[in-house]
Amino acid sequence: MAAPKKLYGLYNDDDILMDACGSIQNKGIQIKEVYTPFPVHGLDKVLGVKWTRLAICSFMFGITGLTLAVIGIWYFMVSDWPMNIGGKPSFSYYENVTSFIPVTFEFTVLCAAHGMAITYFFRNWTFPGVSARNPHPKTTDDHFAVELEPWNNATFSKEDLESALKDTGAVEIFEK
Amino acid sequence: MEQYTISDKVKRFVFILIGIGVLAMAADIIISLVSGGGAEHAEHAEGGHGHHAGWGQRVWANMLINGFFYFGIAIAAVFFMAVQYAAHAGWSVVFKRLFEAVGSYLPIGAIMLFVVFLAGTFDLHHLYHWMDSSVYEMYLYTDGMTGEEFREGAVMNPSYDTIIVGKKAYLNKPFFWIRAIVFVGVYIFFANRFRKRSLEEDISGGTNIFRKNVVDAAIFLVFFGFTSMVFSWDWIMSIDTHWFSTLFGWYVFSGMWAGAMIVVTLLTIHLKNMGLLKAVNDSHIHDLGKWMFATSFLWSYLFFCQFLLIWYSNIPEEVTYYQVRFEDYKYIIWPTFFINFIFPMLLLMSRDTKRNSAFLTLVGLIIFAGHWVDTYLLVTPGTMKAEGQLGFFEVGMALVYLGIFIYMILRSLSKAPVMVKNHPYLEESVHHSI
Repeated sequence: MAAPKKLYGLYNDDDILMDACGSIQNKGIQIKEVYTPFPVHGLDKVLGVKWTRLAICSFMFGITGLTLAVIGIWYFMVSDWPMNIGGKPSFSYYENVTSFIPVTFEFTVLCAAHGMAITYFFRNWTFPGVSARNPHPKTTDDHFAVELEPWNNATFSKEDLESALKDTGAVEIFEK
Repeated sequence: MEQYTISDKVKRFVFILIGIGVLAMAADIIISLVSGGGAEHAEHAEGGHGHHAGWGQRVWANMLINGFFYFGIAIAAVFFMAVQYAAHAGWSVVFKRLFEAVGSYLPIGAIMLFVVFLAGTFDLHHLYHWMDSSVYEMYLYTDGMTGEEFREGAVMNPSYDTIIVGKKAYLNKPFFWIRAIVFVGVYIFFANRFRKRSLEEDISGGTNIFRKNVVDAAIFLVFFGFTSMVFSWDWIMSIDTHWFSTLFGWYVFSGMWAGAMIVVTLLTIHLKNMGLLKAVNDSHIHDLGKWMFATSFLWSYLFFCQFLLIWYSNIPEEVTYYQVRFEDYKYIIWPTFFINFIFPMLLLMSRDTKRNSAFLTLVGLIIFAGHWVDTYLLVTPGTMKAEGQLGFFEVGMALVYLGIFIYMILRSLSKAPVMVKNHPYLEESVHHSI
């Protein structure tokens, strides 16, 4: 048996889309996902999307970077082969911590930024070369697609779902 | 139409603030009198350097610290408002009046600052080494007078200072006064103009006034961009006349800016608590919190930049500045840096704390005090040398100035509705959401 198909409604205006999402959800229909070509302001609130935890992630990557930088610099510059650059004796980490701070800062930022970006790619599975998962090419241009999963809305018939999309101004309805 | 009135409670608060300040100052003076003339002791400690770090010097140094600190906050508020105009920023329109109100302290702040300069010009204090006329005279004559031409029996004047003589073309009293008066005059002119137009706009509406403000803001920003650097050299950096740092202006300015953002945030929270500024929502508070966070970081960054370069190159003409701070003020300078940096960093990093008035008030008050101590550290080590104190007197005078500062802001706030009416971006600001 083929995988059950999802139902999509295509809208051509973000204001209509916002109203549509509100009224579809008011009927008790669950919206699985909305595909938009650009960020629609306030849509996450209408859909009740949970607040992202990416910032926490970034903080943890930052702390990791900080720790690695401190350990690394201590090992390279002080412990393994004490280096004397520009007359600053590096036989202690503490006395030279001032000159290590820029590197520590940079490495913290590097780890936080890259960690956050890579986490984002993983979470959304949007690496370079990964095939697009948007249901309709127009959702990268000027249309907005609302995705419904019929099996999550079992109390509604397929006609109900389609008319819910149609009534709220969908210009095209398709299954995929 | 929301109108702010200074409630009796607030008046009492300001009165108590000034009262405590005066009492603290008096207490310090009495203590030093009772404990047997600490002032004379300090005057002798300096030796033949030409500086007397006694009570007089201490009082004037404090007047410079507080005069500059609150003046700086006021001018930074005008600067921020100009940035908002020039950038066509919408979000900040709902509390534009608060920036105007903070800017209204400028004339008083300028007078308080100019009193210090005037006293220096007439040699009532020696905050500015270069204002000391004896450093320019090369010879000491037999009759004890000094002069530039050689006479029979003359010896080299021990306080003759080649470095300061070399800076005479720039650091001389007339030019100093021209700069100060022109800068402050132009600042006050623009602050008044923004204020007047803002009140006009409430009545007439339209976009004309806004467009004029954008042009004025751009002119003001260019002027302020250069002159804010120059006045920080003139008024603060020239205390340590031998020393210079090209980063100094930015460093001082970032402290002023952070102070302005803290004051406006606290003021917004105060008005919100009074039930005013209904249009200000969590997103506005969040953005103000971000500014507090960002300006604190800017300040820390510049503090560290200046320190790192001087520490690393370690050349005598530069390290003197930090030597006096690290030897005699080490229990003040490092805690200040960490309070102004670590506190906002840890406490304001999260989105939730930036939207929480209690958190913002707590952090705001702490780093407000932190930036005051930073200004203290700009002035005191250079003027008081090792004799600088952070006692009742310093705190007392800061409280007196704070009381006046708060009262002037609130008085200006009570003169006009707390929210503008016809600003073209008002609607955008009311619907601000992030």
